[in-house]
Amino acid sequence: MPPEPTDAMKPGAATSAAVGGTPRPDTSTRAGSRARALLHGFGPILGLIVLCIAGTALNSDFATLDNVMNVLTRTAFIGIIAVGMCFVIISGGIDLSVGSMAALIAGAMILVMNRLAPSFGSPVSVIGIGIGFALLLGALFGLAHGLLIARGGIEPFIVTLGTLGIFRAYLTYFADGGAITLDSDLSDVYSPVYYASLLGVPIPVWVFLAVALVGGLILNRTAYGRYVQAIGSNEQVARYAAVDVGRIKVLTYMLLGACVGIATVLYVPRLGSASPTTGLLWELEAIAAVIVGGTALKGGAGTITGTVVGAVLLSVISNILNLTSIISVYLNSAVQGFVIISVAFMQRRRK
Amino acid sequence: MKSVIRKLAIGASAVAALLTASGALAQTQPQVHIGVAIPTATHGFTGGIVWWANQAKKDMEKAHPGLKITVKTAAGAPEQANQLQDLLTVNKINTLVIFPFESASLTKPVAQLKGKGVYVTVVDRGLTDTSAQDAYVAGDNTAFGKLAAEYLAKRLNGKGNIVALRGIPTTLDNERMDAFNAVMKNYPDIKLLDARYANWNRDDAFKVMQDYLTRFKQIDAVWAADDDMAVGVLKAIEQAKRTDIKEVFGGAGSKGMVKTILDGKNKLIQADVSYSPKFIYDAIKLTAEARLKGEKLPATTIVPSVLITKENAKEFYFPDSPF
Repeated sequence: MPPEPTDAMKPGAATSAAVGGTPRPDTSTRAGSRARALLHGFGPILGLIVLCIAGTALNSDFATLDNVMNVLTRTAFIGIIAVGMCFVIISGGIDLSVGSMAALIAGAMILVMNRLAPSFGSPVSVIGIGIGFALLLGALFGLAHGLLIARGGIEPFIVTLGTLGIFRAYLTYFADGGAITLDSDLSDVYSPVYYASLLGVPIPVWVFLAVALVGGLILNRTAYGRYVQAIGSNEQVARYAAVDVGRIKVLTYMLLGACVGIATVLYVPRLGSASPTTGLLWELEAIAAVIVGGTALKGGAGTITGTVVGAVLLSVISNILNLTSIISVYLNSAVQGFVIISVAFMQRRRK
Repeated sequence: MKSVIRKLAIGASAVAALLTASGALAQTQPQVHIGVAIPTATHGFTGGIVWWANQAKKDMEKAHPGLKITVKTAAGAPEQANQLQDLLTVNKINTLVIFPFESASLTKPVAQLKGKGVYVTVVDRGLTDTSAQDAYVAGDNTAFGKLAAEYLAKRLNGKGNIVALRGIPTTLDNERMDAFNAVMKNYPDIKLLDARYANWNRDDAFKVMQDYLTRFKQIDAVWAADDDMAVGVLKAIEQAKRTDIKEVFGGAGSKGMVKTILDGKNKLIQADVSYSPKFIYDAIKLTAEARLKGEKLPATTIVPSVLITKENAKEFYFPDSPF
């Protein structure tokens, strides 16, 4: 199946992009593609609804507010990363290193905060610096990926497979194979970032929501978002349309890096430590969330809403399995596999 | 033309130098050369294994001039099998201490080395064919589960609800679980509500415990079965503000947990069971000393697992080890 042409790829839109203005496709096509996007988004939502009904039937505690908040909070890390991953995949790229990157950022952030704690009076400012450092480090790692891929001309799969090993190896090295643990004084001050709630909703869920909203706006309402989709659907044409493909790609990997940084900032206060098992297989979960959510792995088209639903769906499956004992624990991952394939089947694009 | 000749001359002399150097190396072949093959540091416990192995190398080589130790870490069974070949052909070892990545798939590669005259000590995970090894040194997985069960049964006065966490599906994990269940058979009033895999991982343990807390309204004790998993369990309990849980029992005796017991910092953590990665140090030491004297090790050496409480915690606290 060829990727669907997006608005930006229509000749008219491409010219307007070339002139440098925001692409202005005519409203009827936009409405049409939105309807189609809704249809694609329907599969994962339907899957999620079915799962939730099944979950409630199997254990009435499933639908309690506490459980729902637990699930949403633990989805936040993967969900935030998946939003960034969504951009990378739409642009036709991939990033396999996000789990290792999160682990290394978490470790580096803890080391920096522990080092600074004695010289700074207030733990709050130390944590502020730590958070800034984590976001910066994420963006820098993304920059490195982007430059190697866009300017260096290396396949994203290879670049990020390489850094997957590099990041985790450095974390293991810094941790001596053990765990890097945050000072308990800092940990006490920092823990509300994960554990506290605002209006009954935990902070990570708010951040997840904000990241998803901003991501959706950037993808659908800015020239940059259009360029990302244009590059993913046909890089050569985008280049002819005078889109600075290299720059857009670098920005996309930086965006993902920053998302990993945000996820790490929320992750560290949960256990107050980073170990070589931190973020293990997060890359696959994030990619699965994006794809289950209806984004094409070959790029060109995808939605943030779908990605968010995909991420929630994945954690709901394991939550339901933990809340019941009808299936042998040996088969947990099999159930996950069956559900992922069925949902992907429901949202497949018809020819 | 001249420069070409000069380059050739330099090249030739370099080759000659290399040859003499390797000749010199061959002459100072150590009396006992131990190859140590262990898994790479992927979590706290294997991190400890790597640290203790390198510690053994440092101490033993210092104590015995005729001894050389080469440590190799592998991320998977096939890689470890390749390393075994390299250790024999490149490093020319005559003794092997191996912590096999997997039992079944490494039995044949180890047997090959033994067939070529290498003395083999196997640590922790036994091979499927014991004739492929000269000696076996291991921690006590049965006691790991048994001591935990006996302790929890005593603390609960033989009555209550327990949830358990399991590691990664392996024979070692099964041995622990079976031993735990065997003891619990004697306490019909203690109910094991569920036992799920959390992969010896803090984050997975946090999630599994959160779901246990949602599912079960009354939990008296948690057998976290690993100190890393206990960290995640404690955080989940703290978050849910549940007060019904009286005891969380980890396992392995990591320095963080031992310190907690020593300082009495957390009333949920009162005891632990030792399963120290230090046994790799013991295995290397025993093998080195026996081989230097030309002796043999006993066929099986079990490093006992011991219940750690506040009274004896000091003996199990190694602040320099990463685990």
